[in-house]
Amino acid sequence: MGDILQLVLKRLGLGVITLLVVSILIFFAVELLPGDIAQAVLGQGATDETVAALRQKLGLDQPAILRYFQWLGGALTGDFGVSLVSGERVSAAITDRFVNTLFLASYAAVIAVPISIILGVIVALLRNTLFDRVANVATLTSISSPEFFLGYILILYFAVKTSYFPAIASLSADMTFGELLHRTFLPALTLVLVVTAHMMRMTRAAIINLLASPYIEMARLKGVPPWKIIVKHALPNAWAPIINVVALNLAYLITGVVLVEVVFVYPGIGQLLVDAVAKRDFPIVQACCLIFAATFILLNLAADVGAILTNPRLRHPK
Amino acid sequence: MIAPFGEAEVISSAFAPPDANMLLGADQLGRDMFSRIIYGARNTVGLALLATMLAFLMGALGGLLAATKGGWFDQFMGRLADVIMSVPSLIFALLMLSIFGTNLTVIVVVVAVIYSPRVFRLTRAVAGNVVVMDYIEAAKLRGEGTWYLIRKEILPNSTAPLIAEFGLEFCFVFLLIAGLSFLGLGIQPPTADWGSMVRENATLISFGEITPLIPAAAIALLTVAVNFVVDWMLFRSSGLKEV
Repeated sequence: MGDILQLVLKRLGLGVITLLVVSILIFFAVELLPGDIAQAVLGQGATDETVAALRQKLGLDQPAILRYFQWLGGALTGDFGVSLVSGERVSAAITDRFVNTLFLASYAAVIAVPISIILGVIVALLRNTLFDRVANVATLTSISSPEFFLGYILILYFAVKTSYFPAIASLSADMTFGELLHRTFLPALTLVLVVTAHMMRMTRAAIINLLASPYIEMARLKGVPPWKIIVKHALPNAWAPIINVVALNLAYLITGVVLVEVVFVYPGIGQLLVDAVAKRDFPIVQACCLIFAATFILLNLAADVGAILTNPRLRHPK
Repeated sequence: MIAPFGEAEVISSAFAPPDANMLLGADQLGRDMFSRIIYGARNTVGLALLATMLAFLMGALGGLLAATKGGWFDQFMGRLADVIMSVPSLIFALLMLSIFGTNLTVIVVVVAVIYSPRVFRLTRAVAGNVVVMDYIEAAKLRGEGTWYLIRKEILPNSTAPLIAEFGLEFCFVFLLIAGLSFLGLGIQPPTADWGSMVRENATLISFGEITPLIPAAAIALLTVAVNFVVDWMLFRSSGLKEV
């Protein structure tokens, strides 16, 4: 058991280092700004005094290294400073929206994961049949279409033409859970379509790869019934690639969620980020980027740890 | 020219329905949708091609050098690629655009930087297999320089996977640029561009009109087509894909 722990810890350490490097990247990218933040915010017409005053207010008169550690320390305790545009605390603006985004992503994941794994296995078993060909074309189409295309098609057919679901996912505090699920169904469905396609294809590839191995051939020649081959022989070895596929695709959700939130005017941090970029509100941009990047790194980490735990071969590197 | 009207030419009232003169109707300012789709094809596809080529130039050069030189250069480039790939591409692009503002040069360079690590890894892997071959050893013993090795020995032997990757990469780049334009942070008006055309006409969807779907469909059609060609090429070139 000791060597597993060691491997996992090593991977965790690597993840923390990656996160640290990314935080440095996010923080110092803003330092690359021609001039500095104070000038960028106030624009060309500002006098030297106002720029100096804002610089002092933002603490820009201190060296960048010092400010980085202050920022990082603040970020760890959930304090991301003050918005340049509204003067509001960034953490206050982010918290609710982050919960909303998490809700939307988990809603999509809860639907997408079981469906895509089951479909992926079915398609792998039926490979080279008509069903497989159709599924291949459908998933490839869904992967290659931009999220906003799928989103607007869903709006057109399920909201405007038939009004089964609302086109705009506005949330209010006094909604029941059922109502919440109903209102956010279309954005979740858009994400499900994109992620399911990816996951199905990767599950299919993993299973086909597995079914080609000699021990499955042996079981088949012995006359083991097909369902038993799948459940007893293939599945134990398939967990590792499937867990990997799931974690990697949840990471896809992160990019997808930004576009989907904008399409459906959903109050999440994706939309906040896009607004902040347009307004050049750097503390919010930095905070959102850090949150997205951290989630992304965390999911990749989960994929690797899952693979280590379910695949004994990885524990003994050659 | 194929387009019947100019790119930014206002020819009728806003959101006019399609007629014999305007095949797809007018947009939010009364410009001809059909003409703008055609101009948009040039702008969007051209920009994506430019960014993909830049990404390939950087990634492939880095990969080839890393494979031939090895050592600390290889290590450094590998870690750099890891860091860039550990930030989601759209998020990275948004961060950079918030800092450098949205002009075309920035978009092309940023998108190229984001997608070059993929090319770097592939080139390095492919070239890494070639570098250990005997004929490379022979060329080295002949006293040939690194550039000769890359141009005459390694590159000709690693083009096939790179061409397939070019198609895939183009799709990613194209979707990212279209996504940025859709968010209003890519190609700026009045230049016609498919992503921003979706955004500009998005309000029409609530009246049951399909106008915003036309440029979106154009984006989807192009990427789907490229993807199918790449899929077919991979299928043809590797006999081991199917059992």
